[in-house]
Amino acid sequence: MSTMKDFKAEKPTWCPGCGDFGVLNAMQRAAVSLGLEPENVAVISGIGCSGKMSQHFGGYGLHSLHGRSLPTAQAVKLANKNLTVMAAGGDGDGFGIGMGHFIHAMRRNVDITYIVMDNHIYGLTTGQASPTSDIGSTTKTSPHGTVEKPIEPLQLALSERCGFIAQGFSGDTKHLATLIEKAIRHRGFSFVNVFSPCVTFNKVNTYEFYKTGLVNLDEDEGYNNADRFEAMRRVSEANNLVVGVVYEDPAQTAYEDTVYGYPSESLVSMERGLKQEEYDRILAAFH
Amino acid sequence: MQDCGWKIGGKQGEGIDSTGDIYAIALHRMGYYVFTYRHFMSLIKGGHTNYKIRVADEQIRHHGDLVHVLIAFDQTTIDENWQELADGAVVIYDGAAFEAKLPGDRDVNLCQVPLTEIAKQAGGAIMKNMVSIGVTAAIHNMDPELFHPVIEDKFGKKGAKVVQSNLEAVRQGYVYYEEHYKAHIPMPKPSVVPSDERHFYVSGNQAAGFGALAGGCRFLAAYPITPATEIMYWLINEMPKHGGIVVQAEDEIAAVNMAIGANFSGVPAMTSTSGPGFSLMMEALGLAGMSETPLVIVDVQRSGPSTGLPTKTEQSDLNEALYGTHGEIQRIVLTPRTVEECFLYTADAFSLAEKYQMPVIVLTDLYMGMSSQTIDRFPADKVMADTGKRISDEALLALEPGAFVRYDETVKDGVSPRSLPGQKNGRYVALGNEHNGIGLEVEETYIRQAQADKRMRKLQHFTHQSGVTVDGIKDAPFALVGFGSTYGLLEEARQKLAQSGLQVKHIHFSRVAPFPKEDFAAAMGGVERALVVELNQQGQLANVIRREAGYHDILFNGLKYNGDPLYLHEVLERAGQVFPMGVLQ
Repeated sequence: MSTMKDFKAEKPTWCPGCGDFGVLNAMQRAAVSLGLEPENVAVISGIGCSGKMSQHFGGYGLHSLHGRSLPTAQAVKLANKNLTVMAAGGDGDGFGIGMGHFIHAMRRNVDITYIVMDNHIYGLTTGQASPTSDIGSTTKTSPHGTVEKPIEPLQLALSERCGFIAQGFSGDTKHLATLIEKAIRHRGFSFVNVFSPCVTFNKVNTYEFYKTGLVNLDEDEGYNNADRFEAMRRVSEANNLVVGVVYEDPAQTAYEDTVYGYPSESLVSMERGLKQEEYDRILAAFH
Repeated sequence: MQDCGWKIGGKQGEGIDSTGDIYAIALHRMGYYVFTYRHFMSLIKGGHTNYKIRVADEQIRHHGDLVHVLIAFDQTTIDENWQELADGAVVIYDGAAFEAKLPGDRDVNLCQVPLTEIAKQAGGAIMKNMVSIGVTAAIHNMDPELFHPVIEDKFGKKGAKVVQSNLEAVRQGYVYYEEHYKAHIPMPKPSVVPSDERHFYVSGNQAAGFGALAGGCRFLAAYPITPATEIMYWLINEMPKHGGIVVQAEDEIAAVNMAIGANFSGVPAMTSTSGPGFSLMMEALGLAGMSETPLVIVDVQRSGPSTGLPTKTEQSDLNEALYGTHGEIQRIVLTPRTVEECFLYTADAFSLAEKYQMPVIVLTDLYMGMSSQTIDRFPADKVMADTGKRISDEALLALEPGAFVRYDETVKDGVSPRSLPGQKNGRYVALGNEHNGIGLEVEETYIRQAQADKRMRKLQHFTHQSGVTVDGIKDAPFALVGFGSTYGLLEEARQKLAQSGLQVKHIHFSRVAPFPKEDFAAAMGGVERALVVELNQQGQLANVIRREAGYHDILFNGLKYNGDPLYLHEVLERAGQVFPMGVLQ
């Protein structure tokens, strides 16, 4: 049985107090709780503070390009479906440069879990406006306040019929760990958006800000997370400030369970090259 | 060698391609060597399209300069192609549709045949293509019944009636020409007895797809793009039979990153694309280089820059393949000379990518990718099978926990063994940041330098069957030089020049990176003048040669970049300017 220690790697280089520590901790807890072994977990990250997740989490890692964690992660999983694959990124990485891949990953529905550390700011490049910055945010690139409407990740995922959608807060790692655990259990693409405060560059969306303002849907017995339109309404009413499992559709089938020709084992266990009879059959078609 | 050129032209959507396919496959099965070239435009209906077939009694690797039979569905076909007509050529046109005029002076036979009317009698106007094939058979004194098996193959699914009426259209076309015209053009004799063991009809794209499969590829991620999509089509059919998959990615950036992800997991994976997509892949090329992850990219070049001429051929991505991506990485660039090498080198690309843990680019082009031709055999026995340096499960377990050093910079040849996800105690992080041995990003100057040096050492002892070939007189003072798909044409040019008495050889690159320095130097022995023929504007290969090998004073450019493939007469004309002529008179 693995323990938290098995999922620890190098000491993180995030700023003291960074929300991403909580996300890392929750990912490790979820992995232990699910009984995963570190060699069977791969974390694929993009670029930014969040991108360091693959180095700090003690599984195999692929620290890919800015915005490209999702295509990379989907292929890591498709190549070896015995792996538990988590893609990790930030709001800039995932909703800016990588937004196209997010939509298509939901469409494709490969069985991976996507965790976004959403701090409404570009941290590693020292404080510029991000796609989720609220209107009027003053940053180094918006000294007079942003005018663009922020991306609403949950609504986007709901409209794309993503099969599992949750939102967590890195100030509550225990709850966040349960969300990530459920997300990994979900067969198909799962999305966990995490409010992960940047203590250095975002003085608005702080721990204090989230501690008081979040609606916990998991504690609302009347909430039906199988109802997509209900989910849209509640998220909208709360101005996106919800945590918990927002939506789940367990009936959706994963890409690798559906796509024609995917072998019963993983691609990685397939034999390479061609046998003589396979050559002969192919050659016959060229006559 | 005896050969003959046939061309059919009209508007896109008139069935030009399927007619060409039927005629080419029929000739191929009769035992001829054929080479086809499709001229088409980036639109679905309308526009001029034509399909050229050169047929010969021995192996040919070019569609030929001359047309002996031209089937013209419209005047545009004549206007666009009349200059290729050989003396005594036959031009067939439908007088009910237009009155054919030759724009210039040519000694040819203009023959009016009511193609549409005959087709209607046989069962429908749509079969005017089949009538054309019958007319062609008559021109060449071929038995029209020879086309029966191919028509059966092509239309059998639609029922016996469709087969019969198509056959009838062929017969009626034959009869009409026989009754009205006397001009006949002899066909070469098929020298090959068709047999199941040899003689295949294949395009470069199909060969590349087949090669990928034979080389172990079990994952293709790609985005549709002319002229590379056929690789995807071929593998979509084949992959599931061999436990592999094809993913249609949302764009080329996703495609190449998927190929990297699958390779990281241990599955030989690739992406196939053309110029615009290849440009989008540049950042990921650097990631594969930096993270030392195997990667195969097949770039079927088309005319650039930007969208360029999407349906026309060119060899202008060489610089990008050699130098593309920021920073400095090592890569292998293979430039297959023939469809056989499209198969072999695409197959080998997977072994090379794993052996050297770096990107391998297979550079073909529209001309080779989309032209179907007859070949004798696939060199399946020469395919490499190398999974590269891997650390075993036992070796990993013998290490202290966490002691595996994936990027061990002390390895002599620069290639350090890799582990795969799933292997216990093999954890590492593959990354584009500069890193230390275990894949942790670092900025210490001495580590940076050691890792950069490690990566650069990897190709020092590179060996592979690709490289440089020399045909003709070994120590000839004059040389034709090229890379990739121009091999066949330059061979024809060399033979023609040699017949005229020129002391000439032909040096051809099937790999440009790592540059085959020693072999090229040997090939250049005794050369006083070299004509570097390539399909681009800036002489990219010539510049690589200057940079890697010198020879500044004796290299001459032979450049073409108007979208059309290269022709023999063009090479000969340029050779006449560069080499001391008189010998050519």
